[in-house]
Amino acid sequence: MKIIVCVKQVPEITEVKIDPVTHTLVREGVPSILNPFDEFAVEEALRIREKHGGEVTVITMGPPQAREALVKCLAMGADRAILLTDRAFAGADTWATAYTLSLAVKRLEHDIILCGKQAIDGDTAQVGPELAENLGIPQITFVKKVEVDEKARKVLVHRETEDGYEVIECRLPVLLTAIKGLNEPRLPSLMGIMSASKKEIQIVTAADLAVNVEEVGLKGSFTEVVQVFAPEPRQKGTVVSEADPDSAAKRIVEFLQAQAII
Amino acid sequence: MSIEVKETCTGCGVCVRACPFGAMKVAEGKARIGDACTLCTVCVRSCPYHAITIERPTIPVERFAEYKGVWVIAEHEGGTLKAVSFELLGEGGRLAKGLGGELAAVLVGNDVAGLVKPLGAYGADKVYVIEHKLLESYTTDAYTDVLAAVIARHKPSIVLFGATIDGRDLAPRVAARLRVGLTADCTGLEIDEKKRLVQIRPAFGGNIMASIVSHSRPQMATVRPRVMKAPKPDETRNPKVERVEVTLDSVTVRTKVLERVTELTKPSEKIEEAQIIVSCGRGIGKQEQLKLAYELAEVLGAAVGGSRPIVDCGWLPHQQQVGQSGKTVSPRLYLAAGISGTIQHRIGMQSSDTIIAINKDPEAPILNLANLGVIGDLFQIVPKLTEQLRALRQAKELR
Repeated sequence: MKIIVCVKQVPEITEVKIDPVTHTLVREGVPSILNPFDEFAVEEALRIREKHGGEVTVITMGPPQAREALVKCLAMGADRAILLTDRAFAGADTWATAYTLSLAVKRLEHDIILCGKQAIDGDTAQVGPELAENLGIPQITFVKKVEVDEKARKVLVHRETEDGYEVIECRLPVLLTAIKGLNEPRLPSLMGIMSASKKEIQIVTAADLAVNVEEVGLKGSFTEVVQVFAPEPRQKGTVVSEADPDSAAKRIVEFLQAQAII
Repeated sequence: MSIEVKETCTGCGVCVRACPFGAMKVAEGKARIGDACTLCTVCVRSCPYHAITIERPTIPVERFAEYKGVWVIAEHEGGTLKAVSFELLGEGGRLAKGLGGELAAVLVGNDVAGLVKPLGAYGADKVYVIEHKLLESYTTDAYTDVLAAVIARHKPSIVLFGATIDGRDLAPRVAARLRVGLTADCTGLEIDEKKRLVQIRPAFGGNIMASIVSHSRPQMATVRPRVMKAPKPDETRNPKVERVEVTLDSVTVRTKVLERVTELTKPSEKIEEAQIIVSCGRGIGKQEQLKLAYELAEVLGAAVGGSRPIVDCGWLPHQQQVGQSGKTVSPRLYLAAGISGTIQHRIGMQSSDTIIAINKDPEAPILNLANLGVIGDLFQIVPKLTEQLRALRQAKELR
C-alpha cells in the first residue's frame, strides 16, 4: 500500500488574538503544533502499513518551519516526508493549496490518501475534497473506521453522519478524511524521535513542480480575505451564588421567562 | 473552455452511456461531443482509454456580469426538507434583493416533486428539479456531476450550501470541479457596494472573524446551520419549476453506500437541530448522573450535549460532543452544567444566543461567558430546576 498523508502545521489557536490597535493577527510567541485531526490520519496510515505493508509518505505545504510538523510524523513512524515550500505558495486559499498538493501527489504512487477532516486554524474541511477532485479520485469524508481489502483493492469505511454512520465501499485509489474517534494516535517513541532526526525531508519548490507561479499561492487563489476583526464580545452576564438549590432553580426559571425562552 | 477527444479513442461508447446529458455519440469510430455538453467531466472519468480531456479556464472578470441570481442547494432527508434549507432561502432571498436577481432552489433526489411547494413557500422564485434513481440518496460523485453541470449551464452569481456533513462534502467537490472559490461555514453574508458577496466567517476557533470575497463566479459558500433565520412561509406562493433531465450510470458513482445506520433516533440526541441544549462536563461525575441532564432536557424539549472529557470516557457518543473536536452549535439556549469552559469547549458553543452555566467553582471560565451564571451544586440545582419547570408546564396545560 502506498499511503500519502497530507498534514498542516497550525498555531495553537488558544493563543491567537487580534491586536486591538492594528486589527491584525498576533502570531508572535504563538506555539505551532501538528493539526490534531492530522494525527488521526497519520496514525491510521501507520496502522494500514503495519497490517498490509507498504510505505507512508507525509506531505505538507507551508513555510520552512512547517518541517517541524513533518518531523513529528516521522517520529510517529512515517517513512518519508515532503515539504512544499516556496514564497510563491504563500497566501494560498483552499483551492490553491489543494491544487499545489495535487501536483506533488500526482508524482507519487498513491493507493490511499489520508487527511484530517479539517485544520483547526481555518476549520474549512475543504482541502481534502478539493484535492480529491484535482486528482480525479473518489473521496470519503468524516471517516471513523477503515478496513482495507488489499486483494480486491478496496476499502470499507464508516462515515459519520448527523445521526449515525454510513458503510461505504470504494475501490482504490481513494482519499479519506479522518475524524476524532478513528483511532488513538500514538505518541512518538524515543527511538522514533531519534530516527526521525536522521531522516531527510525532501524540499519541493514551485520550480520543482514546474508550475506557473500565477496559479499557486495568493495569485492562484479564488478567494481573498479583505478584513479580519475581533468577534463582538458577549454581553456581560450576571453571576449569582445561591446556597439554597430551590432559589437557585427559581432564578434560572425567572431568567428563562424573562428571555421568553419558556 | 474546451473538451477534446484524443487519438487513443476506440469508439467503444462507454462515454455515450455515461454522459448525464446525452451529449456524446460515436461517429466514424470516434466519440463526438455535442452542444448539450456541460463539461461535467463524467466522460473523462468513464473513458477506459483516458482519451477525453477537459480544459476549464478561469472565468475572466469581464464575464462576471453573465452570472445572475442566487441559488440555494436544498437538502432533504426522508422526504422532508432540512431546516437549513429554509434558513438558506431566507438569507438567499435577502441577497437576491440586494443583487436585484431571482432566488432559485435546486432540488436533487428521486421522487422529490412534493418538496417544490415548500421551497416556494419559503421564498424560492424558481425550483430546478433534478430527479434520478441514482440520486435517491447522497453520493459525492452523482451529486457533484449533476450540480456542477447545472451550475455551469445556468450561471448563477451566488450558490449557497448548508454547512452540514453532506454539504461540506459536496460543496468543495463542486467548487473544485468548476474551478471557483468557496468559503466554508459562513455565519454572515452581505452584498457590498460593488455587488460582491462578502462572506463572513469565524476562524482560529472563533477568536477572529474574517470577511472574504471571491474572484471567481459563481461565488460559493457553505452556511452554518441555525445561524440564519428562516422566513415565515407563504403557502400561496407557487414557484416556477424547471426540470433538468439527466441520465446517470452507476459506473460513474465510485462510492457504494452499503448501509445507513441510525444510532441517534431521539430528538434529545440531536444537538445540531436543537433549539435548546443541556450540556454536561466532568462535573457530572458518573455516567448514571447523566439522567439528570436527560430529565431536564425532556421538560425543556432540549437535546443533551457534553464536553470532551465525558465523551472520551464513553458516557456520551461523539455525535453529541460540543467543542473543537466535536460540533459547533449555536442554539437559542445553551445550559452548561458542570462544564468549566476550556477554550476548546467555548469554541463549540460561544455563538449560542443565551448561555446559562451552573458550576460549583466560582473561578470556572464558563461563568464569564454566561448570560446567567449560577455558582452551586448541579446535583441539587438541576433536579430542582426540572421539578419547577415540570410544575410550570403542568400548570400551563391545565389552563
